[in-house]
Amino acid sequence: MRSSALKHIRIIFSSILLVAFVFMFVDFRDVFPAKLHRWLLYIQFIPSFLKYTIAGVATATGFLVIIIITILTGRTYCSFLCPLGSLQDVISRVGGWFKRRYRKYGYKKPYTITRYFILALTVGIMLMGGTYVLSILDPYSTFGRFMTFFIKPVALFLNNLIANILSNFDIYAVYKVDVKFYELAVYTVPVVFLLLVGVLSFRYGRLYCNSICPVGTFLGLLSKISFLRMKFDEKGSCTRCGRCAVSCKSSCIDFLNKHIDTSRCVNCFNCLDSCSEGGLKYAPFFNLRTAKVKEEVKTDSSRRQFVAGAAVLMAGLPSLLRGQDQVVRSARASTVKEDRLYPVTPPGSVGIENFTSRCTACSLCITICPTKVLQPSITEYGITGMMQPRMDFKTGFCNYECTKCSEICPTGAIMPLMLEAKKQTQIGKAVFIRENCYVFTEHTACGACSEHCPTKAVHMIPFDDFLTIPEVNDTICIGCGACEYACPASPFKAIFVDGNSIHEAALKPEVKKLETGNDDFPF
Amino acid sequence: MKRRNFLKSSMGAGIAAAAAASIGSYGKVFGAEAPKMASDYDIVAVKGPDPASMFDIGIQAMGGMGKFVSKGQRVVVKPNIGWDVVPDRAANTNPELVKRIVEHCFKAGAGEVLVFDHTCDNWIKCYKNSGIEQAVKDAGGKIVPADSESYYKPVTIPNGKRLTSAKVHEAILDCDVFINVPVLKVHGGAIMTGALKNMMGVVWDRGFWHKNDLNQCIADYALYPKKPVLNVLDAYNVMLRNGPRGVSVEDVQNMQSQLLSTDWVAVDAAGAKMLSLEPKNVKYIPIAAGMGLGKMDLEKMNIHRIKI
Repeated sequence: MRSSALKHIRIIFSSILLVAFVFMFVDFRDVFPAKLHRWLLYIQFIPSFLKYTIAGVATATGFLVIIIITILTGRTYCSFLCPLGSLQDVISRVGGWFKRRYRKYGYKKPYTITRYFILALTVGIMLMGGTYVLSILDPYSTFGRFMTFFIKPVALFLNNLIANILSNFDIYAVYKVDVKFYELAVYTVPVVFLLLVGVLSFRYGRLYCNSICPVGTFLGLLSKISFLRMKFDEKGSCTRCGRCAVSCKSSCIDFLNKHIDTSRCVNCFNCLDSCSEGGLKYAPFFNLRTAKVKEEVKTDSSRRQFVAGAAVLMAGLPSLLRGQDQVVRSARASTVKEDRLYPVTPPGSVGIENFTSRCTACSLCITICPTKVLQPSITEYGITGMMQPRMDFKTGFCNYECTKCSEICPTGAIMPLMLEAKKQTQIGKAVFIRENCYVFTEHTACGACSEHCPTKAVHMIPFDDFLTIPEVNDTICIGCGACEYACPASPFKAIFVDGNSIHEAALKPEVKKLETGNDDFPF
Repeated sequence: MKRRNFLKSSMGAGIAAAAAASIGSYGKVFGAEAPKMASDYDIVAVKGPDPASMFDIGIQAMGGMGKFVSKGQRVVVKPNIGWDVVPDRAANTNPELVKRIVEHCFKAGAGEVLVFDHTCDNWIKCYKNSGIEQAVKDAGGKIVPADSESYYKPVTIPNGKRLTSAKVHEAILDCDVFINVPVLKVHGGAIMTGALKNMMGVVWDRGFWHKNDLNQCIADYALYPKKPVLNVLDAYNVMLRNGPRGVSVEDVQNMQSQLLSTDWVAVDAAGAKMLSLEPKNVKYIPIAAGMGLGKMDLEKMNIHRIKI
């Protein structure tokens, strides 16, 4: 019996999800529904895991759901829910168009040492309090960076092309959005991974997922005990034609020995579709028990490894990680600039340590930020914090009425913040450098900084001859950076925001009643 | 402009020819009856219960919108939409006023009415939360984006002292006439903002102005030949403190006023008075007046005061 329904369901499901994910990251018009954001991000393993364990958000249980799904069904996450997985399937398909043999996989031995070494390294560093290996390897975040760094500019370019044409007909429903590139250095990791993931999936199917991705390896361990799994039919309808092995993107079907390496199987169901004899089926594992005595012994050690690993992961992790704050701080201290003591982290991130230890640099907040004030960092947080977003007041400033980044952050690096609370969250303080100010040097009017200040922490005081010069009241300054952005002084700004390493509470701007004027025209 | 006209004319040459035949002659007659730009008053100052009805009365006193806008013209209405705040905060031009002006333009026969501003805060939020985007759409006008440098084209400012060139939004360059609709506010750097300063929202690089003597640049821009045919200074709610952005509604006084004039220096001089400022102390006003760009001596002006 030929069973291709599962494969088709997988293709339809993952295609819809992939499109949703691409849309979520490329969405430059802020039309992507917020509810969908939450669901898409809820089911991402690493972000949900970090949000639950480190940020302590009890509702971020998506990773537990994935663990349960994996124990019940195998690595369904990898083929159905992981955007990087689905993207690789697309690339593999394209690879097959180029060369037929790229779509003929066949059984290969697993890179056991590589994959478990990477998993151990990731877990090890994480236990020591660094999330940077996770950041680099998390498949969702890797996908996010591909979208933000490579796909979005292309989308904007196409949008602008259309907008240009339409504006000739006075149609402005499609508007231009300037393409802004990031600092060159932050492209390093995304480019390397684009090549790595691209080449591997182009030629070898899901090799990346089965030898590098720590989530894949971890779920692979879990899937060794999964209830449902791919297996050869015990009635012996298999003719050893090998078509299943050829179609297997994970190269995990050893058809000669009628053995499937469950730890590498990503539940793509291509093999089911390829088998016309009904020699394979996706079914509960226990029927197979008798036929697999030898295999049981083989998998025992890794299973034990998994149990131990899982136990460590589940228990006591938050406290362990919190004790590691110093690791991050020292890394940052070595890279501070002369004029700025601290980089500025977005409101809701509580402080630098908090932020850098939770952020996986998926760059969703960077691509979604309406003012583009969030930019990938280079070395502001230290080399381990590369690509984690920071507030860059050269490219924009934080909109007073906006809490977008805190709403969408999947890892809890930026915690949700009510608008009223955000308006009093001081992420940094404005510092005025009189010697750089044009009012002081040129004796001409300006006031661009004060003009943009939403709280009037930066206000103008009399200077001379009807000129006014800025003054900062940092008790009501929230560090939004509007002043720094607007300041026309160059190359050095006359006003800049220095970050608060731990966010503080700003006072509410004082509100006084105005005296009411008279009813007549004063002229 | 040329490309647009070409596309339009080539697409509907027949219709255009027929329309021109009927409208063209009518336009001539209309034009002869009402010479443009000449109002009997230097300023029409209105006090009234709401911005829209003040404009109805004010524009009537100015001779009607037909004096400024002719049939089939492409009109730009340029309000201040600089800030992401709600209308009550009066940091942006009142949306009801913008709506009514757009309606009057259409009533006068405008072919299309475009509205834009180069905002300070995020433009999408400004357009939306100012209420102006909706107001313009309700009135049948078009709200135009101004957030990309590619919408701006370089022009030279003849005889500009500090500002000799600027990149100006193509909507201004392509339109037949434009109406300047600033909101009256105090301003931290320029002391006050009104008609002249509202032009900072039609150029791309405002930083240059701030760097190179803001007051001189504001006055210099007024030298650019494409000037507004009408200035409507919205003084319904007036920000008297913490301008130009304001901190709360407590910075705002409900003055229920509106000033209309073809002379933007005059309207700013009157606006200064409403903020209890002397026009000569708002530096760009005497500079602009000195360059012959308008009158600033309120004593010598013919001001028509209307109270509804």
